[in-house]
Amino acid sequence: MPEQLIWGMEVFLNGLMAGVLYALVALGFVLIFKASGIFNYAQGVMALFAALTLVGIMEGQVPFSHLINAIFGTEVHHFGWHVPALLAILLTMVVMVAMAWVVNQLIFRHLVNQEPIILFMATIGLAYFLEGFGDMMWGSDIKKLDVGLPQGLNPFIDEVTYNIFGYGFFIDNLDVVATVVAALLVIVLVIFAQYSKQGRAMRAVADDHQAALSVGISLNFIWVMVWSLAGFVALVAGIMWGTKSGVQFSLSLIALKALPVLMLGGFTSIPGAIVGGLIIGVGEKVFEFAIGAPYLGGATEIWFAYVLALIFLVFRPQGLFGEKIIERV
Amino acid sequence: MFYREAGDFKTSYTEDNQTFPIKFDRYRYYAVLVFAFAVVPFVINDYWVNAVFLPFLIYAIAAIGLNILVGYCGQVSLGTGGFMAVGAYAVYKLMTSFPDVSMFIHVILAGVITAVVGVLFGLPSLRIKGFYLAVATLAAQFFLVWLFNRVPWFYNYSASGQISAPERTVLGVPITGAETAPWAAYLFCLVFVTVCAIIARNLTRGMAGRKWMAIRDMDIAAEIIGVNPLKAKLTAFAVSSFFVGISGALFFSVYLGAVEVGEVFGINKSFLVLFMVIIGGLGSIFGSFAGAAFLVLLPVLLKNTLVGGLGWPTDLAAHLEFIIVGALIIIFLIAEPHGLAQLWRVTKEKLRLWPFPH
Repeated sequence: MPEQLIWGMEVFLNGLMAGVLYALVALGFVLIFKASGIFNYAQGVMALFAALTLVGIMEGQVPFSHLINAIFGTEVHHFGWHVPALLAILLTMVVMVAMAWVVNQLIFRHLVNQEPIILFMATIGLAYFLEGFGDMMWGSDIKKLDVGLPQGLNPFIDEVTYNIFGYGFFIDNLDVVATVVAALLVIVLVIFAQYSKQGRAMRAVADDHQAALSVGISLNFIWVMVWSLAGFVALVAGIMWGTKSGVQFSLSLIALKALPVLMLGGFTSIPGAIVGGLIIGVGEKVFEFAIGAPYLGGATEIWFAYVLALIFLVFRPQGLFGEKIIERV
Repeated sequence: MFYREAGDFKTSYTEDNQTFPIKFDRYRYYAVLVFAFAVVPFVINDYWVNAVFLPFLIYAIAAIGLNILVGYCGQVSLGTGGFMAVGAYAVYKLMTSFPDVSMFIHVILAGVITAVVGVLFGLPSLRIKGFYLAVATLAAQFFLVWLFNRVPWFYNYSASGQISAPERTVLGVPITGAETAPWAAYLFCLVFVTVCAIIARNLTRGMAGRKWMAIRDMDIAAEIIGVNPLKAKLTAFAVSSFFVGISGALFFSVYLGAVEVGEVFGINKSFLVLFMVIIGGLGSIFGSFAGAAFLVLLPVLLKNTLVGGLGWPTDLAAHLEFIIVGALIIIFLIAEPHGLAQLWRVTKEKLRLWPFPH
C-alpha cells in the first residue's frame, strides 16, 4: 500500500477522534436549543469555566484570591489541600447546577417570549461575563488538568496497524477515551430523553411551551434541568479538552468550532451533532493533509469547517438532520 | 418647553422632508457639528485623541455599518472583523501602490472594495436565514483573516507579516505615519464620520431603508408586496460593508499605524462592534454613536479608576471589564432591548411636555 494512503488513513482516524470532541460540545448546544429555543453561545465558555473550577477545586485554590489580594493587600493563594479527582468532579457538578439555576433565575426567566436573536445576544453577554468571572475567580494562567485519564500513544492500535500495514498509527489514548465517553454520553442522553419522566417532559417543552405548561410541566424546573445537563456536558468536554491542551482561554473557542458542526447536522438533532462533528473533524484534517498544507500554506483548519458548512447550507438550509423549515406569513 | 413641533411651521416640501424636522433637534445637530469641527481640534492633545476620540469615531462608522445590516435589514453578521481587515489591507495596498493619490480617495476605494467582498459573502443570505446566517458569516471572518495572514502579496512580502502605514498627506498635512498631528488625524476621521452618518441617515429613511426594514420584519411578506429580496439584502450587505471597510481602513492607517491581522481584526472585534450596536440600539443611527461611545469610554474609565486610582493589577481590571461588559449586555437586553437610543427617545417624549406634563 502506498505510504501516502496509509498516512491519509491515520489522518482520517485522528480526524474522527477530533470530530468526537467537537460533537461533544455541539451536543450541549443541541440540548439547550431543543428544550428552550435558546442558542447558547456560552457553551464553550461553560466548558472553560467547568474546567477552571475543577482544577481550582483539585488544587485547593482560594477563589478570587487575586481580587482579595488586590483589595486587602494579603497574600492568599491556596488552602493547602488536594481534593481527589472524583470528589472534585462531583463538587464541580454542584457548581454547574448552581450556575444553571442562577442563569435561569437572573437572566432567561426575564427574557421569556423575546425574539431568538435577543436570547442569542444574551448568551453572548453571559459568555463574556463567565469568562471574566472564571478568570477572576481562578486566575488566567494556563493550568494543567490531570484527572487520571490515560494519555500518550495507544500501544494496542500501534501494534495492530503495524502488523497489518507495516506502519504503526499514532492514536492518542485520550482520544480513544474521549470517543468512548462521548458514545456513552450520547446513549445515556438518548435513553434519558426517550424513557425517563423528566426526559419526556423536556421533549414536551421543546415541542410546545404552552401545551407543556397546560399539562402541568414546570417550565422553570425543565429549564434549570436542561442548563444543568448542558453544564454536565460542558464539564465532560472541559475535562477532555483541558487534559489534552491545558486549561486556558482558547478552550472557550471550541464553541466556535462547534457552530459549523451544528449547522451541518441541524440545530435540533442529537444524531446530527454527532454526524456533523465527525464530518467536520475528518474533513478538516483530511483537507489540511491533502490540500491545505501542500498547496495553501497550511492552517486551513481555522476556516475549513465554516466554509464547508456554508457551502452545504446553500444547498440544504436546515442541515443534515434538522427539521424542515416551513415559513408562513 | 424648547423641544416641540408646535409653532414650527413648514412652508415647503423640502422643509417638511428635512433630516431633523424639529427645530431644537436641528440646532442641537448644528451645535454638535460646530463644536466637533471648530472647538475640539484646538483643545485636544495626543492622549485624548488616541484613547478616546479616534477609536470612538472609527467604531462609530463600523457600528453604523453593522447597524444597517443587523438593525435595519435584520441579517445578523459576525464577520465585521474580517470586513474591517479587508478595508485595512485594501487601503494598505492602495497607499503603497499609488503614493501620490490623496488619502481620501484611498479610503473611499477601500470601502468600495470591501463592499464588493461583502456582497460576495452576502450571497448565501438569500438561502440561509437567522442563526444559520450568523454562523455562516463566521466563515467570512475566519477565512479573510487567514487569507491576509497567509498570502504574502497582501502584506507586501514584509518579513514580520505585519502591515504598517507609510506617511501620506492630505493637502500637505500628514495624516498617517509617525509625524501626524493629533488634530489632523481627528479631523480626517471626523469628516468621514459626518459624511457616513448623513448618508446612512438618509438611506435608512428613504426607499432603500424601507425595503430593508420590510425584509427585516418579515421577508416573505416583503417579497409578496414587491420588495426584491435579492436587491434589498445585497444592497444592505454592500452599504454595510462599505462603511465597515472605511472604518477598517481608518482603524489601520490613521489610528494604529501598524497591524497584525489576527490580533486586531479577530473574532473579538466582530463581537465588540455587535455589542456597540446592541447596547446603542438596533435600527438607530444615534444608537450607533451612543453604543460606540459607551464601549470606548467604559474600558478607559475602568482602567483609570482601577489601575490608576486603586492600584489593581491590569489583568484583574481586564477581567472585571469582561464581567461588566457581559453583565451590562444582559441587563440592557432585559431592561431595554432597544438600547440607549430608546432611552433617548423616551427622554425626548418627556421633553416635549416638559415642564407641564398635564
